[in-house]
Amino acid sequence: MALGSLSKKKGSKSSKGPPKKKQKGDLFTEKRPEKADLSDDSDVSNEEVEELENFDEDSGSELLSGDVDPLADDFLQGSDDFYVIWFDLEENSGSDSAAGSDGSDSDSEVSDIERKSRALDERRAREEKDAEDELQTNIAEESDEFWLPTEEELEAEANRPPDLQNLQRRIQEIVRVLSNFKDLRQEGAKRKDYIEQLKMDLSSYYGYNDFLIGVLIEMFPVNELLELINAFEKPRPICLRTNTLKARRRDLAEVLLKRGVNLDPLSKWSKVGLVVYDSQVPIGATPEYMAGLYMLQSANSFLPVMALAPQEKERIVDMAAAPGGKTTYVAALMKNTGIIYANEMKEPRLKSLTANLNRMGVTNTIVCNYDGRELPKVLGLNSVDRVLLDAPCSGTGVISKDESVKTSKSLEDIEKSAQLQKQLILNAIDMVDANSKSGGYIVYSTCSMMIAENEAVVDYALKKRNVKVVPCGLDFGRPGYTRFREYRFHPSLDKTRRFYPHVHNMDGFFVAKLKKVSNSLPTAAAAEAVQSTEQAPLSSEKDVESVEEAPLSSVEDAVEGSVRPSKEDSNKKNNPGRIKREHQNGNGAPKPAADKRRERKFPFRKEVPRRTEIIKAREEKRQALRGTKRKGEGSK
Amino acid sequence: MRPLDEAETTVVFEKLLKFTGNNLKNIVESPAHEGPDPNPGRYCFRLQKNRVYYVSEALVKRATNISRKNLVAMGTCVGRFTHGGKFHLTVQCLGLLAANAKHKVWLKPTSEMSFLYGNHVLKGGLGRITDGIQPGDGVVVFSMSDVPLGFGNAAKSTQDCRKLDPNGIVVHHQSDIGEYLRMEDDL
Repeated sequence: MALGSLSKKKGSKSSKGPPKKKQKGDLFTEKRPEKADLSDDSDVSNEEVEELENFDEDSGSELLSGDVDPLADDFLQGSDDFYVIWFDLEENSGSDSAAGSDGSDSDSEVSDIERKSRALDERRAREEKDAEDELQTNIAEESDEFWLPTEEELEAEANRPPDLQNLQRRIQEIVRVLSNFKDLRQEGAKRKDYIEQLKMDLSSYYGYNDFLIGVLIEMFPVNELLELINAFEKPRPICLRTNTLKARRRDLAEVLLKRGVNLDPLSKWSKVGLVVYDSQVPIGATPEYMAGLYMLQSANSFLPVMALAPQEKERIVDMAAAPGGKTTYVAALMKNTGIIYANEMKEPRLKSLTANLNRMGVTNTIVCNYDGRELPKVLGLNSVDRVLLDAPCSGTGVISKDESVKTSKSLEDIEKSAQLQKQLILNAIDMVDANSKSGGYIVYSTCSMMIAENEAVVDYALKKRNVKVVPCGLDFGRPGYTRFREYRFHPSLDKTRRFYPHVHNMDGFFVAKLKKVSNSLPTAAAAEAVQSTEQAPLSSEKDVESVEEAPLSSVEDAVEGSVRPSKEDSNKKNNPGRIKREHQNGNGAPKPAADKRRERKFPFRKEVPRRTEIIKAREEKRQALRGTKRKGEGSK
Repeated sequence: MRPLDEAETTVVFEKLLKFTGNNLKNIVESPAHEGPDPNPGRYCFRLQKNRVYYVSEALVKRATNISRKNLVAMGTCVGRFTHGGKFHLTVQCLGLLAANAKHKVWLKPTSEMSFLYGNHVLKGGLGRITDGIQPGDGVVVFSMSDVPLGFGNAAKSTQDCRKLDPNGIVVHHQSDIGEYLRMEDDL
């Protein structure tokens, strides 16, 4: 229809012909200022302009046909122009460009075309710009839309049942904001506010308690935190370990595949591991399992044993052995030579330990039921080659196996575990013989991610015993923290390894390998260190009594506290201790020790007169004051 | 932990003899490879909490400083004495028996699981059988892939087995590896 009317128009146009066109050309050039005028003018003209522009959408034919008003002279002309342009557009885009626009081939025609095409381009540009602006305003509105919920909103939310989708959306938004905080932050909102809100949302969406979420937020950047938490929601794949005492991995894999188990080798770092994707038969009840050809074990349990690297004919202690996965791995690596002491404190777990040992065909193991802290007394100090301590911990790395950890762990639990672990690791170190030909290693591992249970414990061991951290040989893990918030650890702690579910696809884990450097305990060098307000451990050759007294006096020295005459006696008693210590320091000759002794005594002697001097001085002052008082009174 | 006295030793050896026959001396006299010492000692039997353990001497020496209350297991458990004084072999000695067994029976794959549930070996499930079995002999049961599954008492001699109908019992079940799962607490 439009075309029809157009043709009408065209007809009329053509009657007018070139002059019209010329006019149009002029018109067109004038159009600009006209249009500008139009736009500057009143609303009516604006409307006209808009209508003009809207002609694209409307079927302008109706308007056109009804349109002989002189009113809209400009209008018409404009529409003419419009239509001409449109027409031109069509014609230009159409196949037959020969007709129509080139109806009158004149030079002005070319410039007309140029002008028209320019107009087209400009209109297109304008539209694009408008579209972009719209987009911009939309985006700007979106980011502005995310504001932190106010207190009233939070209260309202607390009263309603939690809206999971809303929470999830808010979590994503906050993570986005925090990742580009400068640009996307809300006015007046501090980073802390966002993090607080994120904590609350995470704990309610995923079911964590405040403590655990707080710790995790401190340890990881926000993006990684989300990945970690999502990884905790899913279980890790089931792994099994071939028992090399009885079978080879390839043969076992064949047999299991025949039974209908879908499996693959675990990773390139393990020659005995297999990962099970799915299985038609219960993987823990196949005849092969019962015959002891493999053991169901998570991948992270391979790591401490690989780090320990037990050799044949060594003496090994496994301090927390149940249910026996690691112990049997150690025995397999040692090929049933040497001797393993497998210790487990909890009685109910002993059954599974012995059953597994027997099932896997391990013959070089002695199982005992002691508290790990008593083991050195039973087995003797400095008596074994290697110790494996897979310490009891809070279990924050295995949340995917046990969801109750999310809510049940608090700061006291962590601290209690850390306390126990520190004691255990010292006992473990004491059992190892530093001079053993092939060993002298301790491996400490936990399935926790807390720094207080991992790096802090190893650091404590470094301070208290003559050990050093060595590389564990597990290079695909992340190095442990050497500093974290206000803690500063020994720099060698970067040789320990941490494993995370979202990075390594195994449960959270920590492994540290220590080498015992010497059997003697660290000496006065440690005591003089500023930090040690604890007892300075002295060598075991000394009496117990003097041990207790020497540290006491060292504490008092440090404090420069009370001066008692008995102090000198205790000093005298301890001087032999001090001499011995300095002997061990390697000072050798007793003379410098004696000088030191004398030097140390001098300050005390000086102090005593000082004190009495002070007392005298005070007395004098008081008397002086009384004297002045009396004088004053007297004068009064 | 104490060594077995005379009576106990005879009982244990009798039971073992049923399964191993002449190979018993292998069990008693084989050199041990456990222990950190370069000289391998031998194996010996020790009694701890009514259980008899087959341990190498090196281990025994080192287990002496563990107090009686706290020592749980050593080496391989061979069997246990019941309250009434009888001695039963348990499944944990299967490895030992299988290596030195005189009489063996191989099961068809279809009847493996049945034996592992504790049922007796029927003629229909029999794959192979060694010659010279007398009724009452100790027999070690294997799967066709030579994986030891358990042990038991022969019910019939090899000759008679051939004439049996498919549902006849060939081997009375005594112990099998399924017990690791079924009776973990009782082991």
